[in-house]
Amino acid sequence: MTQKLNYLKESPSQTAGPYVHIGLAPGAAGFDIYREELGWDIAGPNAKGEPIRVEGIVIDGTGSPIKDVLLEAWQANSAGVYPHPEHPGEVEEGFRGWGRVITDFATGEWGFDTVKPGPVMGRNGRMMAPHINLWIVARGINVGLNTRLYFEDETEANAADPVLNLIEWERRRATLIAKRSERDGQTVYRFDLKIQGEDETVFFDI
Amino acid sequence: MSTPAEFYQRDRLWHPPAYAKDYKTSVTRSPQYALISLQNSASEITGPTFGHRDIDPIDNDLISNYAAPGQSPIGERIIVHGRVLDENARPVPNTLVEVWQANAGGRYRHKKDTYLAPIDPNFGGCGRTLTDENGYYYFRTVKPGAYPWRNWVNDWRPAHIHVSVFGSGFAQRLITQMYFEGDPLIETCPIVNTIPDKAAIGQLVAALDRNATIPLDTIAYKFDIVLRGRRSTLFENRLEGN
Ligand SMILES: [Fe+3]
Repeated sequence: MTQKLNYLKESPSQTAGPYVHIGLAPGAAGFDIYREELGWDIAGPNAKGEPIRVEGIVIDGTGSPIKDVLLEAWQANSAGVYPHPEHPGEVEEGFRGWGRVITDFATGEWGFDTVKPGPVMGRNGRMMAPHINLWIVARGINVGLNTRLYFEDETEANAADPVLNLIEWERRRATLIAKRSERDGQTVYRFDLKIQGEDETVFFDI
Repeated sequence: MSTPAEFYQRDRLWHPPAYAKDYKTSVTRSPQYALISLQNSASEITGPTFGHRDIDPIDNDLISNYAAPGQSPIGERIIVHGRVLDENARPVPNTLVEVWQANAGGRYRHKKDTYLAPIDPNFGGCGRTLTDENGYYYFRTVKPGAYPWRNWVNDWRPAHIHVSVFGSGFAQRLITQMYFEGDPLIETCPIVNTIPDKAAIGQLVAALDRNATIPLDTIAYKFDIVLRGRRSTLFENRLEGN
C-alpha cells in the first residue's frame, strides 16, 4: 500500500457536434439571444501593428471542405504580449487576442480580421516567430485540435522558431505557414487546414 | 521574467482517440499523423479572460432567457450546478462556462436540425455564466430530450447538455457533454463510447442531487467539470536558461 495522490482526472472531451453554433455563435444557428456574442473582435479599436485578414478552409480526409467547423484564435499583440495577468507587458485597451469564427455553411470558408502578432519569448529564452494559436472543433472531432499559424514573410524568424524546429520533416512544417497576398490594399493570409491525409496539417499536443 | 507554471500533460488515453470507427464522422475527420508534443510556452499557458461586462445575469437561465414574457418552455425544470476544478482539486474561478442543448422534445433551435419534434417557441437552448471565486456555477433549464441521429440506422443520443469551458490557459480549453444519471441510452451511444474507459464516461454523468432541488419547483443535477492542473512552481527556475 502507498499513500493516495488524490489528483483528479481531467473531464474527457466529447465532440462539439453539428450544433455547436447554438452555444457559441447563436446568430449562425439562426437566432438572436445574447446582448453580444463573444469573439468577433480580436484586436479592438486601438491595436497597433499591421491590420491583417486571415482566411482559410478546413479539408477532411476525402478532400472535401468541412462546413461545420468552429475555430478559436489566441494571439499576442504586435509587441508580442498576450493579454493575460501572467504575461508581462501591457496591451492596448480593447485588445482581446482571442477570437471565434465559424465556417460558411455553403462553402466551408472562414476568415477573421486582426493585427499581425509580434514575436513572443518562448522557453529557455528562445524567441518564437510571430504566430496565431488555433483550436478547432467540429462534429467528428473528438478532442479539439491545436495548431499554430505562422507567416510566410517571417522567413528568418520561422527558421529559428523552436516549435517549427521540433517538426523534423520540412514538408510538414510548411503546413503551418500562411501565404501572404494583397487584396484591395489589405494584407490577406491564406491558411488552409488539412485534417487528414496527404499534407495533413501538423497538430500539437500542448 | 520566469516561465509561468505549465499544465500537466493531457492523458490522451483518458480522452477519446481522434479515430473512433463506430462514430462514423470521425473516420474522415481524424488526423493520421501523431500529434507533435509541445512543452508549454506563454502561448499555451495564457488564455482569454472574461468578465461580467461580457455577459448578462439572465444568460444562465435557459428557462427565461428566450421565453416570451410570462411564458416558459415545456419540459422538466432542472438546475445543473457544480464546480469547475483543476486536477489538483483547486477551484477554477471566474471562468466562462457555455452550454447548449436540445429542447424537451429533442429538437435543436438550429437551421440545420430537421428532426420531427417541434421547436419550442420559448426555448433558445443556450446559456453562459462565469464561475464564482470558488469555481461554482449553475444553470436553470429544462431537461433535454433524446434524439435520433444518422450514424447507424437506429442511433439515439442520450439526453445531454453540451458544455464549453475555458480555464486560465488556452491549453485547458475543453468541450464536452453532460449526461444524466440513469439514462439507458448512455450505454449504447457511439459518441459516449468514443471514450475508452468506463470510469471516464462516469465522469460525464451528472448525479441527481436531491439536496439541491427546489421543492415543488425544480429538480437538480450536480456536474463537476475538471480541467487540466498545473505543476507547482517549486522548480520553476530550472525551466529557464538551460
Ligand atoms: Fe447534441
